[in-house]
Amino acid sequence: MQAILALEDGRVFRGKGYGAKGECSGEVVFNTSITGYQEIFTDPSYAGQMVVLTNPEIGNYGTNPEDNESQRPYIEGLIVREFSKVSSNWRSQQVTDEFMEQFRIPVLADIDTRALVHHLRDNGVMRGVISTLEADTDKLVAKARAIPKMDGQDLAKVVSTNHTYVWETGERSHLPDEVVGVKDEPARFHVVAYDFGIKQNILRKLRGEGCKVTVVPAQTTAEDVLALKPDGVFLSNGPGDPEPCTYAVDNIRRLMGRQPIFGICLGHQIAGIALGGKTFKLKFGHHGGNHPVKQLSSGKIEITAHNHNFAVDPDSLPQSEVELTHIDLNDNTLEGMRHRNLPLFTVQYHPEAAPGPHDSHYLFKDFVKMMEECKK
Amino acid sequence: MPKRTDISKILILGSGPIVIGQSAEFDYSGTQACKALKSEGFEVVLANSNPATIMTDPESADRTYIEPLTREYLEEIIRVEREMAPSAGFAVLPTVGGQTALNLAIELADGGVLEKYNVILIGAQISAIKKAEDRLFFKDAMQRIGLDVPKSALVNNLKDGVEFAGKIGFPVIIRPSFTLGGTGGGIAYNREELMEVLARGLDLSPAHECLIEESVLGWKEYELEVMRDTKDNVIIICSIENFDPMGVHTGDSITVAPAQTLTDREYQMMRDASIAVIREIGVETGGSNIQFGVNPSTGRMVVIEMNPRVSRSSALASKATGFPIAKIAAKLAVGYTLDEIPNDITRKTPACFEPTLDYVVVKIPKWQFEKFPGADESLGPQMKSVGEVMAIGRTFKEALLKGVRALDTGKKVGSEKIEPKILTQRLVTPHPERLTYVRYALRQGHTIKQIAKMTSIDPWFLYQLKEINDMQLELEKHPMESTPTEVLREAKRMGFSDGRLAGTWRLDGKGGQEKVRHFRKKHGVKPVYKRVDTCAAEFESFTPYLYSTYEEEDEAAPTAKKKVVILGSGPNRIGQGIEFDYCCCHASYALREDGYETIMINCNPETVSTDYDTSDRLYFEPLTLEDVFAICEHEASAGAPVGVIVQFGGQTPLNLSLPLKAAGVNIIGTTPESIDLAEDRKRFGKLLEELDIPQAPGAMVASVEEAVEAAKKIGFPVLVRPSYVLGGRAMVIAYDEDTIQQYMKQAVEYSQDRPVLIDKFLEDAIEVDVDALSDGEDVVIGGIMQHIEEAGIHSGDSSCVLPAVDIPDSLLRRMRDYTFKLARALKVIGLMNVQFAIPRGHGHKGNGHHEPIVYVLEVNPRASRTVPFVSKATGVPMAKIAARLMTGRKLREFLPENIERGTDLDTGRCFFVKSPVFPWSKFPGVDTVLGPEMRSTGEVMGVADNFGEAFAKAQIAAGQKLPIKGTVFISVTDHDKPAMVEVAHRFVDMGFKLVATHGTADILEESGLGVERVYKVKEGRPNAVDLIKADRIQLIVNTPHGPDPYFDEKAIRRAAVTARITTITTLSAARAAAEGIAALQRGEIRVQALQALHAERIAAK
Repeated sequence: MQAILALEDGRVFRGKGYGAKGECSGEVVFNTSITGYQEIFTDPSYAGQMVVLTNPEIGNYGTNPEDNESQRPYIEGLIVREFSKVSSNWRSQQVTDEFMEQFRIPVLADIDTRALVHHLRDNGVMRGVISTLEADTDKLVAKARAIPKMDGQDLAKVVSTNHTYVWETGERSHLPDEVVGVKDEPARFHVVAYDFGIKQNILRKLRGEGCKVTVVPAQTTAEDVLALKPDGVFLSNGPGDPEPCTYAVDNIRRLMGRQPIFGICLGHQIAGIALGGKTFKLKFGHHGGNHPVKQLSSGKIEITAHNHNFAVDPDSLPQSEVELTHIDLNDNTLEGMRHRNLPLFTVQYHPEAAPGPHDSHYLFKDFVKMMEECKK
Repeated sequence: MPKRTDISKILILGSGPIVIGQSAEFDYSGTQACKALKSEGFEVVLANSNPATIMTDPESADRTYIEPLTREYLEEIIRVEREMAPSAGFAVLPTVGGQTALNLAIELADGGVLEKYNVILIGAQISAIKKAEDRLFFKDAMQRIGLDVPKSALVNNLKDGVEFAGKIGFPVIIRPSFTLGGTGGGIAYNREELMEVLARGLDLSPAHECLIEESVLGWKEYELEVMRDTKDNVIIICSIENFDPMGVHTGDSITVAPAQTLTDREYQMMRDASIAVIREIGVETGGSNIQFGVNPSTGRMVVIEMNPRVSRSSALASKATGFPIAKIAAKLAVGYTLDEIPNDITRKTPACFEPTLDYVVVKIPKWQFEKFPGADESLGPQMKSVGEVMAIGRTFKEALLKGVRALDTGKKVGSEKIEPKILTQRLVTPHPERLTYVRYALRQGHTIKQIAKMTSIDPWFLYQLKEINDMQLELEKHPMESTPTEVLREAKRMGFSDGRLAGTWRLDGKGGQEKVRHFRKKHGVKPVYKRVDTCAAEFESFTPYLYSTYEEEDEAAPTAKKKVVILGSGPNRIGQGIEFDYCCCHASYALREDGYETIMINCNPETVSTDYDTSDRLYFEPLTLEDVFAICEHEASAGAPVGVIVQFGGQTPLNLSLPLKAAGVNIIGTTPESIDLAEDRKRFGKLLEELDIPQAPGAMVASVEEAVEAAKKIGFPVLVRPSYVLGGRAMVIAYDEDTIQQYMKQAVEYSQDRPVLIDKFLEDAIEVDVDALSDGEDVVIGGIMQHIEEAGIHSGDSSCVLPAVDIPDSLLRRMRDYTFKLARALKVIGLMNVQFAIPRGHGHKGNGHHEPIVYVLEVNPRASRTVPFVSKATGVPMAKIAARLMTGRKLREFLPENIERGTDLDTGRCFFVKSPVFPWSKFPGVDTVLGPEMRSTGEVMGVADNFGEAFAKAQIAAGQKLPIKGTVFISVTDHDKPAMVEVAHRFVDMGFKLVATHGTADILEESGLGVERVYKVKEGRPNAVDLIKADRIQLIVNTPHGPDPYFDEKAIRRAAVTARITTITTLSAARAAAEGIAALQRGEIRVQALQALHAERIAAK
């Protein structure tokens, strides 16, 4: 099956199509993680985006139900160099190709992905269309130009849950003989988590740290959250531009000081705006599992998972209130902050990993500690 | 944390000679460490016995001690260095010199040397080394941090062993405690076998103790390369997955980076475990590698072992990722933290990150069992390969196929001999030919499931092989001309070489590959070059570290600068090792200085030449005509002149020189025609005749009958060998017709094109190696090296001494004269090596003269194995000068005095002895006698102001202990008996007792010596072997010349290897040993820094 990727600037890549037949479109971003394609497919933060994976061999270990980060894949399309027709892993339950077909995600394979990444690095992320149907590249380029830009789009409310629910499962060993029968500790804290596109591993980590988690829709009011009598509030990751999420900004402002707050990714950006800061779009974003982040207080480095196109401008934050806690060593992007007086801290990167290194798991413990102290 | 200021002097320990399991990778890591620490302003002192290394170049360190790597010599180095700077902060870095350096660090610490001289260790502390190295400490440590290890127990009797094995289930691994290199260990599949192996193991273990361990054979195997700094930042540089399952030594496994079949969850679990391990073991700074086994059906992960130092795998990981582990490790050892060190490739980002790959790397080992007839070829827990290649491709398939062709086996894919009967055996028992048999099995229609079951190779890998096989079948459907472009492109993208395509399309003969190349070009199918950049193109890269692939975008636009391409030597092998890499690096350094853009092509990940720092551009590519020509074409496309150097990389690039030239490539230096002439028996013979230079009578034959006739005419003994070989492959000395017949029928393939050479074998002759520099007009001799073993033993396996010790001036003059004549006649521009043989006695019969005849054995107008040795001894960088001569500069610029006076390069007041190191312990059962086939893997150098001490040092450095007292066993051929008497007297004078077999004893007694008589092995007992086993013998002199089958000698030598007793097989070596022992008896341990020797020599002038 032939497939074509057309970018808004007219560049075209031809390759082979796998997964679903058809057409898809979105902002094209690249991710440099070597492992964890299934987690990337199912991360709601990728809504509206087509992902190029720089690791050329994708699909090798198939897919399995435990590694999903949400109910279904959220990427619009996948672009790889080599797409495995078979899977080999003791946990694999479905060949990746079938998985993508089942969820109607087109895959473009066999193209020079490095050239595409190079192009995006030099020219910034851009919109594109993958099609297995249309051969006229001019038409495809025109389509790419016609899709809405990511800037200014509120995708959080689109991918968010539409009802409140309680998350029950903590972390699981993946070993088959240990999956069954692991009992989570009784919950000591109640956390209300705003779902802007939340990854399940965040919920598992919170549950694993002894939190009962109630997940609420993105537009839930501060009052409704407080009515749930939480010990802390969590602001999740999610897709799109933080700026249009004014409802979330308002709610956070109202919760600040009344609840311990921990935010990740989009949650961090929204909190940044709530604190008076501004966000901006990065040229090609951070998407990968190898970013060095420095904890400014200790000088320690964490290797972290990133997935963000936007960032909080550190100069826009009121220094008297906000302390910068983490920066990315590659490009000095702000990666973490905390309020000097109120119980609030957020990080731009993904301490829950999945995929990515576990160096930053301590942040979940820090959140629990913060709740503990506030409870006293 | 910035650089430590409490240290100013650092002693780096090297790894000594190249042996199986410890190869050029430690030259790479040691060189990086030297450079890194020197650039940080430390006074760098280096100890390494291996002269063939870049690290022992006088420029690499401030003071370089080419001395034996033993406690005694190191203590002396430390003492001298401490005396020079009584209050300096003085540290030893033991983590870049392999196991050798770690063991030495332990010896120095345990022996109180470090304390005595107030020297500290950096990189790894003794406690960490011991915790990582001791099996039980390690197991305890792993369990403490909650990691799983194979179940095991120590037992000291059969009953406990059987009981424990019953509990964990068969098969089990038995490892005797405290035996060297795992001697006496084994696998038991049932109770009977366990009883047998365990009984033997308990017997062999000095502690009468064995470890019984759960078998993880057939599990998946992974390795992670980890780095840690003083602030406890830990990063993973690379994950490596083995294609071969657990049970095959990693060094003998095909390995793949990054890991291909782990999900993120499993990979992160392994990452977490690695970080926990490096912290628990307590490696403070630097790199470590940690091995894991994973059960393929349950995912159970066990820690196998960790190396608290840089390793073969870390060299591979450095090349695979572009992250220079050893260099960074050295900086971390002196206090820097990862975030303070920039990433060289991206410049803007720090070294504190984890490299990500957008390509696949495959490493394939290279074995040379053909050199060790009788050796067990199956692969297991003991490493047997002598070298490796690495290949980079955008997919596993492409990297694998590039790797296969980089191996330089001389065999075409698809033309290997297959024995269908042993298919199952070859699949079940790991073997070097396994890939070939998997391919055969796929063709025969075996399913992946079946093959996976037999081989325990992951089905994903097998599926890739199947896709390659499917492509092969597709290609076979059409002749070349009607093959669709898409199929051609896909085949090239998959890694099919032009040669294989030519074979598939039956375009045999010389023009086949060329036809494919033209066909490809016609259809626009040609490679592009991509960069290895540590970051998958996320950031701009500033180092052109390149590999070819068939993609859209090229990232290696050639520059407008004048360029020199240097062809490396490919995988290490016996006869073509690190010496050639040394020469290639030197060429690059010199020409870079001269303003050329230097371009290296090589595929050996262990080397300094494949460090992205060594040349302006590095192409990590196979050294085949297709790959090299494509690069030359690409580099020439900008219009700047491109010269190619083929004479530094050994035989591999030489084989390409004529076809490259024919394709229009500009080969600089000695012309390919001259190189070819020197190898062409007939034409070269004629040239010698014209120059009036004697050569041993010989002939070229292409049939059994011709061979027998020629041998008779020349007169036995004769040396028989195929033409066009390096390292004496498939050479024998024949004393009779039968041997000739057998050799011609079985040993080699030959044809009119590639005849067999038969030469008179000069028995009882001194052999001499001469290295020279020439610009076509002037010639300077670098060194005249006298071999200590006699002619007939491959020059690479001989010890030699520089300057010559007992060759009369008149003969030296004659050799010089011949060398000059040859260099001019062959128009040598660059390096040349000549081998001479001078029969002892009084000249050739009927010659009439009293002067012996000097025969030319062979001439090699290219870099030789001894170039680094001579360069170290003389302080003159011969390879650098040679490279400059090739670009048109003149010898007079560099060595005017030598030309004026006609003198050789000066060696000062010292003697330099080079001695080989052999891999016998890896191949039990193989006869250890030396002959015309080279079998040594590495070399050492001994330096002293007298020959005896220099020889003794070389022997010690090579691991051959010369005894200073005890008993010498002597058994020599009749021919050697008269001369042996004098040597025997020397031994007696030095206080040794003598034991001899009857014939030898008769002669010795006649001369008035007291001798204990012993039986020959076949005569009865007690025989020599009994005495060796009873520790009654400390030195063996056993000369095996002559046509007899050497049952006796074989048994004696085998027993000697096991008992680690030095065995001397030639009379001249016996004389040298006597001198060496005399030196050792004087008891002096003296060391000299190379730089001091050179400075002293220059001052003396």
